[in-house]
Amino acid sequence: MTQTSTPAIEGWFTTGDEPALIGSRCTACTTVFFPRTAGFCGNPACSGEEFEDVELSRRGRIWSYTDAQYQPPPPYVPTHAEGEAYVPFALAAVELAEGITVLGQVAAGYGVDDLRVGDEVEMVVETLYADETGDRLIWRWLPLNSGPVVELGQESDA
Amino acid sequence: MSNDVAVLGVGMHPWGKWGKNFVTYGVHAARAALADADIPWTDVDLIVGGETVRNGYGGYVAGATFAQALGWNGARVATSYAACATGAQALDTARARILAGLCDVALVVGSDTTPKGFLAPNAGERWDDPDWLRFRLLGMTNPAYFALYARRRMDLYGATQADFAQVKVKNAKHGLANPNARYRKEVSVADVLGSAVVSDPLHLLDICATSDGAAAVVLTSVDYARKHGIAAPVRVKAVSTVTPTFPNTVMDMPNLSTDSSAVAGVPERTFKESIAHAAYEEAGIGPEDVSLAEVYDLSTALELDWIEDLALCKRGEAEALLRAGDTTIGGRIPVNPSGGLACFGEAVPAQALAQVCEVTWQLRGQATGRQVEGARVGITANQGLFGHGSSVLLSV
Repeated sequence: MTQTSTPAIEGWFTTGDEPALIGSRCTACTTVFFPRTAGFCGNPACSGEEFEDVELSRRGRIWSYTDAQYQPPPPYVPTHAEGEAYVPFALAAVELAEGITVLGQVAAGYGVDDLRVGDEVEMVVETLYADETGDRLIWRWLPLNSGPVVELGQESDA
Repeated sequence: MSNDVAVLGVGMHPWGKWGKNFVTYGVHAARAALADADIPWTDVDLIVGGETVRNGYGGYVAGATFAQALGWNGARVATSYAACATGAQALDTARARILAGLCDVALVVGSDTTPKGFLAPNAGERWDDPDWLRFRLLGMTNPAYFALYARRRMDLYGATQADFAQVKVKNAKHGLANPNARYRKEVSVADVLGSAVVSDPLHLLDICATSDGAAAVVLTSVDYARKHGIAAPVRVKAVSTVTPTFPNTVMDMPNLSTDSSAVAGVPERTFKESIAHAAYEEAGIGPEDVSLAEVYDLSTALELDWIEDLALCKRGEAEALLRAGDTTIGGRIPVNPSGGLACFGEAVPAQALAQVCEVTWQLRGQATGRQVEGARVGITANQGLFGHGSSVLLSV
């Protein structure tokens, strides 16, 4: 069987050259929700129950950020091979033009030193982990304001 | 008509890791509160339990479990679950029945045993549960949420990791003489900054542990208290258990996103601000009258957020209060004189009641070794998962 790349969760984001998160827009009051909803509109002044899919802004500004210096417990799926060391990853909450803040991991190779509240980031799709079907993909936030990524072990002394 | 009810008794089982059943802790706290009130269990006509979700069926029906352990006495029973606000919601149930004239003496009990390490979700795949998805898709632990709030304080208000460490130093000092505290040891700024970073910028010692523990409160009508010989009891002036107002625009655990403010607009108050605001409104007491606060310091930095959410200072000024010693016992507005979660660790269904116990001891002048002199008004605050939070305002 061929190995494929598929989203780690169905229907939350598009892939391709210009990937985007998929939200739901209430057809009655136009409020947008993410993740998608098929239930009831969360606006207390609206009794809408119908939604249409809408792609969210690909760029936003960092509301805040952190990292995971210890491997999170299950159902987090470890990304490193057995015997290899855990590699910490950064996380950011990002404010989008739709007035929604969305959490995500930060693109591979970037850490908290590359981030600042208010900085602009762009949504990208990367591999979260691999399973028997192949790579499982996730949305991540790519910092737009920082310099090129430096591989570990090649840091400048300056 | 006054909406006050009287706190006649409070009691706790010390926080720690004792390896016993939650019922054992709960009964210990209940008996301590009843003894403190000088009221026999047989006179209690309502028992309200704080549910624990980690102890099987007995935990789901905690009110009845405690009633049976104390010996069935025919009392009415209720059990509440509201995440970290469980104890306050249980207290509010008791208060409502007393104020409705349906009950004279209510006993409210919360107790828990908790696992080591990160609080992880229950087992099984649940693709529609944000509390499961946040781990699966993001590796987003509880400390990571606390760290988001902490980092925001640094980038927006100039807080430092040393400020956060100072909160721990202060609370460790406050809790030194508290017989119910689990950790009773001085901590230095260097200790905190030398401990491992869990989620940047928070170190291990910035983050509260989980503990076993139990707390209980005996509530009565003010009339009953008077007949019982207590003319000036500590009074519950307000119990706020408000839910958020849409749109909730602050990233709350365990969510992966916030509501959108694009259509409804940004609300006047954040959820945490609204929890405290409702308590002040209900009590007719303002933040300027508060003598002390017991707030939910799941992390050191979160204590600073709470100080502002309770309107004890303006947004962005909590570090200045901390640095001036205003939040230390002896200062203008002592925060967490009990030692807070920093010295206790969290025992979810007991914690909001433990806050009420501490404020009661403070208002009675019985907080030996950690007394806030002349305390007249105390407020508690916490926030839990899924739109739960509480604030209890008490006075003498």
